[in-house]
Amino acid sequence: MIRLGVPSKGRLMEQTFDWFAARGVRLSRAGSDREYSGRIEGAEGVSLVLLSAGEIPRELAAGRIELGVTGTDLLREKLAGWRSHVVELAPMGFGHADLILAVPNCWRDCETIDDFAAITREFRRNHGFRLRIATKYHRLVRAYLSAREVADYQLVDSQGATEGTVANLTAEAIADITSSGETLRANHLKIIGTEPILRSQATLFANLAARGPALDASVKLIGLDRPTRD
Amino acid sequence: MIDKSTRQAVGQRILSQFRQAGAVEVAPDILQPAETLLDLYGEDIRARAYVTHDPIRGEMMLRPDFTVPVVQMHMAGGAEPARYCYLGEVFRKQDHGDIRPEHPRENEYLQAGYELFARDDNADAEVFLLFSRILAPYGLTARMGDMRLMLDAIRGLPLSQIRRETLLHYIWTPARFRSYLTRFSAAPRPRDFAPATGPWTGLRSQAEMQSRIDRLSRPTDAPLAPEWSEGIRRLLDISAPAPQAMEELRQLACDMPEIGEAVGLVARRFERIAAAGHDLNLIHFDPTHGRQSMEYYDGLTFSFTAPGRDDWPPVATGGR
Repeated sequence: MIRLGVPSKGRLMEQTFDWFAARGVRLSRAGSDREYSGRIEGAEGVSLVLLSAGEIPRELAAGRIELGVTGTDLLREKLAGWRSHVVELAPMGFGHADLILAVPNCWRDCETIDDFAAITREFRRNHGFRLRIATKYHRLVRAYLSAREVADYQLVDSQGATEGTVANLTAEAIADITSSGETLRANHLKIIGTEPILRSQATLFANLAARGPALDASVKLIGLDRPTRD
Repeated sequence: MIDKSTRQAVGQRILSQFRQAGAVEVAPDILQPAETLLDLYGEDIRARAYVTHDPIRGEMMLRPDFTVPVVQMHMAGGAEPARYCYLGEVFRKQDHGDIRPEHPRENEYLQAGYELFARDDNADAEVFLLFSRILAPYGLTARMGDMRLMLDAIRGLPLSQIRRETLLHYIWTPARFRSYLTRFSAAPRPRDFAPATGPWTGLRSQAEMQSRIDRLSRPTDAPLAPEWSEGIRRLLDISAPAPQAMEELRQLACDMPEIGEAVGLVARRFERIAAAGHDLNLIHFDPTHGRQSMEYYDGLTFSFTAPGRDDWPPVATGGR
C-alpha cells in the first residue's frame, strides 16, 4: 500500500484535491469536516492520509508515508539533507510563495545584501547587540546569510505576525514568505536582494527509500505520466 | 564506529601526556550559559550547539567546546603561566544542508585539550611541539599560520581609521574582505540613494542611517595605491612548506616593513621547533590558516589533518 499525505485543511487542501481531480483521482475527506481521515478513488493501492502541511516533511523522511504534498519552503526548512531523503515528483503550480529578507522601507541606504551586511555591523557597534532578524525559517535563512558571509546578526523566532516585529521593536529585519507583498507594504517593509532566498510552491514529493515498482505503479495511477485533463 | 570505552582509553592516554607536560586537570560543566558563547561566536553557534532552556538559569548550551569555560575559570583566579588540561564530551549539531553526507560527523564526541596561559613567545612552540609529539604515531599533516601577519599588514595600510577597521572586521570572511580591498583600491564612487517613502519604523535611528549616507555619498578617502593591495594579496597567496614560506615572508617584509616584527616572531618560533628536532619541511605554512574556522585567534594557528582526507575534520587544532 502506498500512503499519500495531503494537507488536512484550507486552500492548500482544496487545491491539492483539485490538482488530483484534474488527473482523474478523487480525494475527499471521510465523514464530517472535522474528521482527519481521507478517501481516495481512482488510484488503487493508494491510501490517503490527511496531515498538517508542516508535518508532511517529517512523515515522508520517517517512511510513514510514501508520497506527500507540501510546500518546498517547509520541506527544505524542516528536513536537513532533504535531497538524500525525498525526490520532487511534480511542482503543482499553486501555493506560490517567496521566502524573502525584508528591512524597513525607510532604510534608504539599504539596497543590496552588501548594504545589509554593512548595516548589521554598524548596528552591532551602535547598539551593543546583534541586529535581530525575525523568522521561522531558521535553517534556510542562516544558510543564505552564511553563503553571503553576513555574520553580525541574530535570529529571533517568530511563528506568526512576523511583519509586525519591526514596528514592535523586537526585530530590525524579517525573513518570511510572501506572495503578493501586501503585508510587507502595509508594515512599511521592503525586500532586499533581487532573488528571493527560496521560491516555494506546493510540490508532490516521494520518499526516496520507497521508490520501486509499487510506487511507480501508483505514480502511473495518479497520472503523472499522463497529460492533465484541464 | 569506535565504541566509547575505546575512545575513553585513547582520551585518557592523551590526557596523561598533557598532565606529564605540567597541566592541571579541570572539568568544566556540561551545561554552559548560552550568552557568552553567543556573544563570542554569533548566530553560527546556535546552528551548531544544542540550546536548551532552564526556568532559572535561562538559555543554556550543551558544551560545544572547552575553551570558553576554561578561559573564564582562569580569568576568575588563575595566575600565569598556567597549564590546564581536560577530557570530556562536546556536543555539536551537524546540519547537512541539502545532502546527507555518506559519513555524517558525530553529534557528541570526546575532546581532549590543553590550555597554556603565558605571555612569552615560547608558549606557542611548546604547545605545537606537545601536540606534534602526542600525534606523531598517526602520520598526520601539520599546518600552521599566524593571524598576526595579516592583522599587522592591515594595520599598516595608509587608510582612514574607519576603512582599516572594516578590513580588520572582515578578515574572517574572505569574499567580503576581497571586495572591500578592491573597493578601497579604486577611485571613490559616490552613491546616490533614492528618497524613501513612508514613516520611520524600527530601532535603527535616522541619525545612524544619515551618517552612513553622508559617508557613502561624499567619499573622501583616496584610493589605496596598487602596491598595498598587491602586498596583501601576496601575503594571502603564501602557502608552502615552512622553510619556503619563511623565505617568501622575508622577501615580502622588505616591501612591507609593517609585518617585519611578526615575521621575526614566526621565524623565532620555527627556530625553537627546529631546535627540538622537528623537520620544518613537514610543516605547511599558510599565514591565514584557520581564517574561516578559528575566528578568535590573533596569533599562532595550527591544525593536524589526515593526509589525503581533506573532507575530514582536523584531528587537532589550536592557536593563540
